[in-house]
Amino acid sequence: MSTQEIRFSGFGGQGIIRCALITGKALSLFDDKFATMTQSFGPEARGSACAAQLVVSDDRVLYPYITQPGILMALSQEAYDLYYPELPKGGVLIVEEDLVKLKSDHADLALRRVPATRFAEELGNRLFTNLVALGFLTAVTNVVSADAMKKALPGLVPDRFLKINQKAFEKGYEYGVEAVNAVGATL
Amino acid sequence: MNIKTVPADPKGVDSGPHFMDGDHALAEGALAAGCRFFAGYPITPSTETFERFAERAPEVGAMFIQMEDELAAIAANIGAAWGGQKVMTVTCGPGFSLMVENIGLAAMTETPMVICNVQRAGPSTGAPTLTAQQDMMQAKYGPHGDNAMIALSPDSPQECFDLAIEAFNLSEYYRVPVVILTDETVGHMHEKVVIPAADQIKVVPRNLYTGPKEDFRPYKFDGKGGHPMTRAGDGYHFHVTGLTHNEKGYPVVTADQNKIVVTHLMEKINGNADDIVRLDEDQIEGADVVVVSYGITSRIAVKAIQDARKEGIKVGSLRMITIWPFCEKRIRELAGKVKTFVVPELNYGQMVLEVERCAGGKSKVISVNHCGGAVHDPEVILEAIRKGNK
Repeated sequence: MSTQEIRFSGFGGQGIIRCALITGKALSLFDDKFATMTQSFGPEARGSACAAQLVVSDDRVLYPYITQPGILMALSQEAYDLYYPELPKGGVLIVEEDLVKLKSDHADLALRRVPATRFAEELGNRLFTNLVALGFLTAVTNVVSADAMKKALPGLVPDRFLKINQKAFEKGYEYGVEAVNAVGATL
Repeated sequence: MNIKTVPADPKGVDSGPHFMDGDHALAEGALAAGCRFFAGYPITPSTETFERFAERAPEVGAMFIQMEDELAAIAANIGAAWGGQKVMTVTCGPGFSLMVENIGLAAMTETPMVICNVQRAGPSTGAPTLTAQQDMMQAKYGPHGDNAMIALSPDSPQECFDLAIEAFNLSEYYRVPVVILTDETVGHMHEKVVIPAADQIKVVPRNLYTGPKEDFRPYKFDGKGGHPMTRAGDGYHFHVTGLTHNEKGYPVVTADQNKIVVTHLMEKINGNADDIVRLDEDQIEGADVVVVSYGITSRIAVKAIQDARKEGIKVGSLRMITIWPFCEKRIRELAGKVKTFVVPELNYGQMVLEVERCAGGKSKVISVNHCGGAVHDPEVILEAIRKGNK
């Protein structure tokens, strides 16, 4: 049984929990995996550091919490500061490159940076930052298929913003593919 | 148990796979079971059930009312149940405390209803956003007087859906309030929930009386379920009161009648425990240690159990899906055969008292209690298993 643990983090309002919802739905409904999602629930989810966790497995997830995330997506400085120390050697660290000032070169981690907010603003609104980041994550890791992610979007983003969210996902995905090509492999 | 069921009304069934939290799954389960009336008052961490029901009610043709408080909410549900509807409300500890008076009335008047308690850490208003399992005894002993209640505890969003249907079915058949004791963690956890096609869902319909008007009796005190009701306004002559009553429902306040009524109320549940109690057992046969758990804690315990097995300890798992009536018979069977029962729960030690009672000193019982607000560290449960194996 292979299990993956992912932590999505940022500040409240960035769509962090939405990221985990979309990924969890994609995995469990369209990628034939089991996924359990838990989230920050409380005042901390509204403005300050916010996180959502996903445990992904080929079999039913029994223990619902992450024990040591293999993948961390950090879209804010506070989230990065708080969570990067828990990554193991070789862990995947995805950061918002304009919002996170790195404390080291993280030579022992697989570090990938994406200007998600900037891309989202180019698409018209920084609200799409989370979808850019998700597209990027999908491209640079082997956790979830792009196809499943796209199928998961309807119902989890407002209908009138579906197309633009799909575009944001594509933008992040393409940028991620370029990053993969530069390195030569997914993580 | 041979109970008449019918397929679910497709209007309430949102068939297909979903990625859903436990709170939403409770609302979907209720709608699939035929619940068409919900009066409640919002409270964290149960509000999502409330919201989901409110959102879906117009599509399904159900009525949703946000009442002024929990006292009014439960009272409206009693009224709607006697108006012919299947009813549900959802709350957590502080709201449940406000409801207990009328839950007692519902038990005494044999009014079917489902009450979900998405438990949060107490006492009092406590920690609204944090998980706990501290209302286990309250579900049974909250209302004054002798009450035999049914309570179920789901461990996942899927089971929230499944047990909501089962809760309605038990509630309709035994004409008793059924409490679903879930918790903040299961309530807010998202997982895949598969809602079957309507014709695959078995629902116990409201058993409405159809005989001659003069023969109608709203009560029969025989310690059994399956007795018909009627709807207020359909022209039948009956009375509903919290006072000790006769079969017509009118007060007969004597020790003899009290014996008849209370015996019936207790026996219809306790006497049918074999039909009601559901357990999920794993590797109990030959086990030296049995972990007795329920709800979210059973999923935390799994980790400890797996680690203990790696150490060569023969440990089984007994997950209580039904909390009340307590699985007395099974614990008595195992008492003396297993060295130790380990009972982790997110409270200061509640269901462990039942386990101790039924173990009767023949097996050791170790309580792994917790003050709530978070789940156990599995290592603490593992340590208790090791201790229990010595």
